Formats: sequence, structure tokens, C-alpha cells
Amino acid sequence: MNHTMNQTIENIPVERIENTVRHATHEVFSTMLNLPLEDLPAREEITSEPPDSHDGVEALVGIGGAWTGTGRIWCNSKFACKLASALLMAEYDSLNEEVLDAISEVANMIIGNVKATFEDSLGALVLSIPTVIFGRNYRTRSAGVTSWIVVPFKAGDEELQVRFFLMPTKGHAPVQPARPEMVHTL
Amino acid sequence: MSLDVMIVDDSAAIRKILRRVLVQAEVPLGKVHEAADGVEALAKLKTERVGLILSDINMPNMDGIELLSKLKADDEYKNVPIVMVTTEGSQARVLQALELGAAGYVKKPFTAEQIKEKLTGII
Repeated sequence: MNHTMNQTIENIPVERIENTVRHATHEVFSTMLNLPLEDLPAREEITSEPPDSHDGVEALVGIGGAWTGTGRIWCNSKFACKLASALLMAEYDSLNEEVLDAISEVANMIIGNVKATFEDSLGALVLSIPTVIFGRNYRTRSAGVTSWIVVPFKAGDEELQVRFFLMPTKGHAPVQPARPEMVHTL
Repeated sequence: MSLDVMIVDDSAAIRKILRRVLVQAEVPLGKVHEAADGVEALAKLKTERVGLILSDINMPNMDGIELLSKLKADDEYKNVPIVMVTTEGSQARVLQALELGAAGYVKKPFTAEQIKEKLTGII
């Protein structure tokens, strides 16, 4: 379910989150991938129960610290191969370990740079090791998350989506592990 | 004179890219060794001598900060330049790495030119 976006999330303007994600994604694409990337309108995605199913490849990186969050990079399998080919300067036409590792690293760089930007105002944050999910009809569920900011991009004929959420960690403990992800496959 | 290098990163993709970038940066490469984390790096460094180490910070098992700390406490490796290649940007852990004796850091994403520039004056 998609909605127009709220103005703020815990006093962080949604526009700032969107712009930070866009900047980080464009930086990775222009520096490491040399692939064109066009912006598509961002939106808020309200989580449903059961969660919507997806096809393709998705890399998740958790954020912990005084604030807790997750960044998710999604694309279809064909575009995942194209990203890996651009990153590693080799040809890939099907998903394999190298393609999945490349998508992990793209997610790590994008979400890592988003995290670094927010650290200036939110204090020290830590990143989890990336997790990659791939296949058909998979579902993800993040405990306590009611909505995601979805920042989509068009890359040629394909689409890349960055999903992001961030909220204060309960009790504002100095460092907390990233939120656990639960994955369901039909 | 060629330079043996150790690349430490849990991402095989980044290790592969750094190998390529070192060639593009015209580093006079000898052997290039790879490790997926600090534990594997320390194990390999017991038998392989290198003149330069490029290390990620955020890794499982043993992160780049602990690896750096252990190597700087080791007489055999305390003078070997260690460059951190990381998404950590300008944050506290990068400053910690520099205080522990890292020769420098390069932020991911990076270009071959940035790696070349960083290594100039270090090797």
C-alpha cells in the first residue's frame, strides 16, 4: 500500500532522507558503476500484514546505535547481473555468488554513506553486515516497522528501489545491534 | 622493485576491484594476498610478508580496527603502511584508525585516481 509521504519521521524531514538516499545512490552509480540513473518520485510504503511478496534480489543493511534502521536495495535479477557486470567488469547473465556479493557491496556503500550523513546530526551509528535475499515470492518483515520511505530510480529499462526507515532506539542506548529481519518464502 | 600487498575485505567484489584498481594506479605489484576478515589476515601474515595492507573496517570475526591494533603492536608489522578502505566516512572509527596508526583512509565508493592519490607518498 502506497501513500504520499508524511512531512517528518521523528523530526527528520522526509525530504532530507530522500535527498540523502538519492545523493548516496548517485555517488555509487557514477563512481563505481558508471551507469546512468534517473530519479523517480519517492513514496511512503505502509507495511501490510502479511507483508507483500517480491521477486528479484534484495540486499539489506541494518543501522544501530541511538537510532535504529534498515536500508534495502531491490532490483530484478537481470539488473542485478548488469550491476555486477559494471562493478566487477565481467559478464554475468545469471545470479551467482559474485553477483550476490556485488549487490551486497552496492547496498553497503549506499546505506553506509546514508548512515555517515545522518551521523552528523544523530550521533555515532553502526552498520550490520549486509544480508541478501533472492528468489520469487519472498516476503520480509521488520519488527515494529509500519512504513518505509521508497526512493526509486530508473536505470535504462530497469528499476532500482531503495527502501529506508530510521527511528530512535528505545531507551537511547549508546549502541544497539541492527534490527533482526524475518524472511518468509512462499 | 615490486610490492606485495594484502587486501582485507569481507566482500569478494571489493577485493577484486581493489586488485584491478592497484594495477590501474600503477602500483608496482608483486604478490597480492586476500583475506575476508582480520582473523584470516593475521593467519596469512604469519607466513606471507607484505609491504602494504588495504583493509576494510566493518568486517565479521575481527574488524579492521582490531586488525590494525594487533599489527601496530607487532614488531614485524608496526612499520607496514595500512590504509583503511571503508564506508565509515569521517566518523569516529576512522579517526580511531588514524590514531592507532593507519597511514590513511579511502572512502567507498572510490575511484582508481583516489586510490593512486592516497598511495602516493605512502609507498
